[in-house]
Amino acid sequence: MHIDKDLVAASATPLVLAILAEGESYGYAILKRVRELSGGALEWTDGMLYPLLHRLHGLGYVTTEWRRPDGGRRRRYYAITDEGRAALAEQRRQWVTVTRTLRDVWHDSRGGSSALEGI
Amino acid sequence: METLEAQIAEWRTYVTKDAAVGHHDVEELETHLRDQVDALVAAGLSAEEAFLVSVGRMGSVDALSREFAREHSGRLWKQLVLSDESDPQRGASGWLPALAFAVAAAVVVQVVRLVAGFPENESGWLLRNASLLVWPFLASYFAHRRRLDVRGWAAAAVPFVLAAVVINLFPYGTQSSTELLVALHLPVVLWFAIASPYMGGTVRSHERRMDFVRFTGEWVIYYVLIALGGGVLVALTALILEPTGADLPERVIEWALPSGAAGAVVVAAWLVESKQRVVENMAPVLTMVFTPLFAVMLIVAAVTYVITGLGGAFDRELLGVFDALLVVVLGLLLYAMSAREPSQPPGLMDHIQLVAVVSALLLDVMVLGSMVARIGDLGFTPNRVAALGLNLALLVNLSGSAWRSARFLAGRSTFHRVERWQTTYLPVFALWAAAVVVVLPPLFRFA
Repeated sequence: MHIDKDLVAASATPLVLAILAEGESYGYAILKRVRELSGGALEWTDGMLYPLLHRLHGLGYVTTEWRRPDGGRRRRYYAITDEGRAALAEQRRQWVTVTRTLRDVWHDSRGGSSALEGI
Repeated sequence: METLEAQIAEWRTYVTKDAAVGHHDVEELETHLRDQVDALVAAGLSAEEAFLVSVGRMGSVDALSREFAREHSGRLWKQLVLSDESDPQRGASGWLPALAFAVAAAVVVQVVRLVAGFPENESGWLLRNASLLVWPFLASYFAHRRRLDVRGWAAAAVPFVLAAVVINLFPYGTQSSTELLVALHLPVVLWFAIASPYMGGTVRSHERRMDFVRFTGEWVIYYVLIALGGGVLVALTALILEPTGADLPERVIEWALPSGAAGAVVVAAWLVESKQRVVENMAPVLTMVFTPLFAVMLIVAAVTYVITGLGGAFDRELLGVFDALLVVVLGLLLYAMSAREPSQPPGLMDHIQLVAVVSALLLDVMVLGSMVARIGDLGFTPNRVAALGLNLALLVNLSGSAWRSARFLAGRSTFHRVERWQTTYLPVFALWAAAVVVVLPPLFRFA
């Protein structure tokens, strides 16, 4: 399923914050998790994740640190801050409202059309 | 595997070439690329296939660098410069308008000088109108460069027209100190008026305000360089013409200096806009050299003042001197801030900067205390009010800045906050300078 570019962009920030709320991570692993969670439906251009992460860092939502895990590559790890959690909670509130509204309106219209079919 | 390494190295060079993608960004992207290649090879692809797929997923370098430039607004101009180069029309027409506006400014200044009979007659109206003769050309240059529409031009012109009306309708007394204050503050007010065409009307954007701060710092550097070069040129000309006797050298200087100084205002702006890469390399070096020197000077001064006791040691000039000192410290702070990579963790330079700011504040509070006592004894004069107001504006700014820097250094806040404080505060300076120009003279009956 193809998902519209604007929708992907709009959901990127809450998605990344939510994944970081599960625990600290780095770019490649975050993208892998996005693919896992969406079953491959959310396709990101890999490189675009990094400007987004840097923006979240600039806003103070995440902290970052270069580290070399045992036997691994030197990587830049990102961890969510309290401010980031607060921003995530706010985003979540907004998204829940949007999805609930959509669900309600779609549920109603389906009910309406089936009622017509009944006549 | 060797070809893979070569391919990655080639990709790396290609991305590094893009000015908007920083050194650490490339390292991060390369790690990502390698992880992706490893995963695909493990899934059965050949190294070459894996590389091609990974690079494809990474996205086009152009789109990527645009995103990076947008996140790091300090690098945004690089994006602008890059797109400028790819647009031959812009490149060709770049210097011509700059030259036209510079020549226009030079001619206007020369004509007005001849009419006023400067320097034989040093009339007050010339002094207070000086910036009104030059700054509009700089504003027009930016309005032209940013391709503003008619409404944009009109909006940019409003402050200049208002200023011209106000300062020429006021009936200043002879030897008026408010007139001198207007002459000092009007250039500052109008400089802020240039911000609007510079930003293309987006004055609310904090990122663009920081760009304007950076432009101001770089403009000053270019202007000083041009002035130094011009000084050498004028001195040599005077020496060469000296044997001709008479007052020829003086005449040449009288003609060349005002026009040169006016034209250089636009030329320096053009240099900042088109040769930014050159000055950008200077900014970190200059702040690195001068920040520690200022810190040492300020600590020594603060300690001396505390030990000797300030008491009656200051004279009437001192508040002005301290205003100048705080302006320089603030300028250094702003300039260092605009040149700093926001994502970097706090470093030694940030600590030294905080020490400099705190010592300056300490000094200022001591002077301010005794100055308020003096005003209590002797009352207000226009000069004292202007100096006191500026001092308070600077004091609040530097205290807020020191507090936020300290939190940033302690790891409890981000650099973003420090930056945001400064860009939010900028209108306060503009408003105070405007108040000195518009409110102060009638308040003191144009004395």
